Amino acid sequence: MAEGFKLVEPLEFHRKFLRENCRPDGRELNEFRTTTVNVGSITTADGSALVKIGNCTVVCGIKAEFATPPIDAPNKGYIVPNVELTPLCSPRFRPGPPGEEAQVASQFIADVIENSQIILKEDLCIESGKLAWVLYCDLICLDYGGNLLDTCVCALVAALRNTRLPSVKINEETGLAEVKLSTRNALKIHKQPVSTSFSIFDDKYILVDPTNDEEILATGLMTIVIDEDGTLCTIKKSGGSALSAQELQDCISRAITRHKEVQNLLDEVQVSVTTEK
Amino acid sequence: MEVSSESGPPTHGRCIVKRRMEAVERSLRMSGCELGLLSRPDGSANFLQGATSVLAGVYGPAEIKVSKEMHDKATVEVMVRPKVGLPAIQEKSQEQLIRETCESVINGTLHPRTSITIVLQIINDDGSLLSCCLNAACMALIDAGIPMRGLFCAVTCALPVEDLLIVDPNLKEQKESRAVLTIAMESMEKKVLTVSSRGTYSAEEFQQCVGAAWVSASDIFQFYKDSVKRKFSKS
Repeated sequence: MAEGFKLVEPLEFHRKFLRENCRPDGRELNEFRTTTVNVGSITTADGSALVKIGNCTVVCGIKAEFATPPIDAPNKGYIVPNVELTPLCSPRFRPGPPGEEAQVASQFIADVIENSQIILKEDLCIESGKLAWVLYCDLICLDYGGNLLDTCVCALVAALRNTRLPSVKINEETGLAEVKLSTRNALKIHKQPVSTSFSIFDDKYILVDPTNDEEILATGLMTIVIDEDGTLCTIKKSGGSALSAQELQDCISRAITRHKEVQNLLDEVQVSVTTEK
Repeated sequence: MEVSSESGPPTHGRCIVKRRMEAVERSLRMSGCELGLLSRPDGSANFLQGATSVLAGVYGPAEIKVSKEMHDKATVEVMVRPKVGLPAIQEKSQEQLIRETCESVINGTLHPRTSITIVLQIINDDGSLLSCCLNAACMALIDAGIPMRGLFCAVTCALPVEDLLIVDPNLKEQKESRAVLTIAMESMEKKVLTVSSRGTYSAEEFQQCVGAAWVSASDIFQFYKDSVKRKFSKS
């Protein structure tokens, strides 16, 4: 019965729940779904993580390669994020070149890296003007369950924390790079941004961590990225229902508490991985 | 619109808002807006903010490809053409932002199964480009007579150093700032419609930018009104 009602009248179905201050999956309005983090699952990558927020699953692999640093900044390396939305994750996506949503998500991740300075590009330089690392951060969505951006940011940070780069020395006589695969060093993580997404329903209810259904029915979406000092790295709200200053402030406060939750989770995962070895 | 400021270093006599909003002195760079200068589009506008200039054209409601057709409302498309080169991934993300902002004020249900296409050609970038694009898009929509619930306007704020907030920065000020925010407000309740940002800033600073945008919004809406009045008084 409820299934049929949801299919025929999706808006009214959600409204009925929201009037009682809860959501179809039993959550409260400001409650996140269960977040699961698994790091180092891809052994062929230099760093990897699989993150699930509810049903939304994103796997992030980090691959390091050599390149010559850019001419205008000889002491910097490169970070190249890419979000892939395959036809596997949702019927909305077709095979072929990345669609608008994938491109916008990639740009968002690039902005988050740039704004928050997770890792400094200077740290990726091996020899100024000659050799630097390129970090390819591939984020592949396996299951599109809503709230893609939060899952991607979480997977990216977890994978970067897991990344171990081999030590490289430049042989002065031959001028060639010598890679020592046996000694690997962790990247220096300067900031740990955490993203929190909100969906606005019927111009008045603000739901945190929207599911796919809630995103489709939403009258507006917003994503806030915050780092451990409570500094805002990115606020992305494109159109949709307008919010007052007070509502924005409430969302920022929720993002701050969310940061602590994710931070603890990532630290816990880190500890469990190091003790295993 | 030259106003010399008493607080903070002079930045071309434009708005400098003190951190605690004690002295809100403002004047935007808006130097001009010409409506209907193109013959082919249904509406067009050239919006100037200082040396930043964007030309916008609106086609619609017009016929649409079946694959893009929506049975209950109009499809809004936005194209951003950069000054040089082809549109890249960054323009794509701007296009989405502008499209969703426009969609939230356009009464699309009045023209189902049609397309409303907004083309934005960047003519010159001297800072506050995104806000200029949004303002140009809104003016072009007005000129095209597209039914809208209300208007929107965008304001760019730059945070160069502690205790200083520059509204409508130029390219140099923007580059020297640690954070640049673009905030779009709607005209009905004066609430925040769109936020886009670069760099890092505190929650308090964000609220001040919202405040500054709120104050500037009335100026811009007045400017919209004057521009439309001027167009109709001419003929």
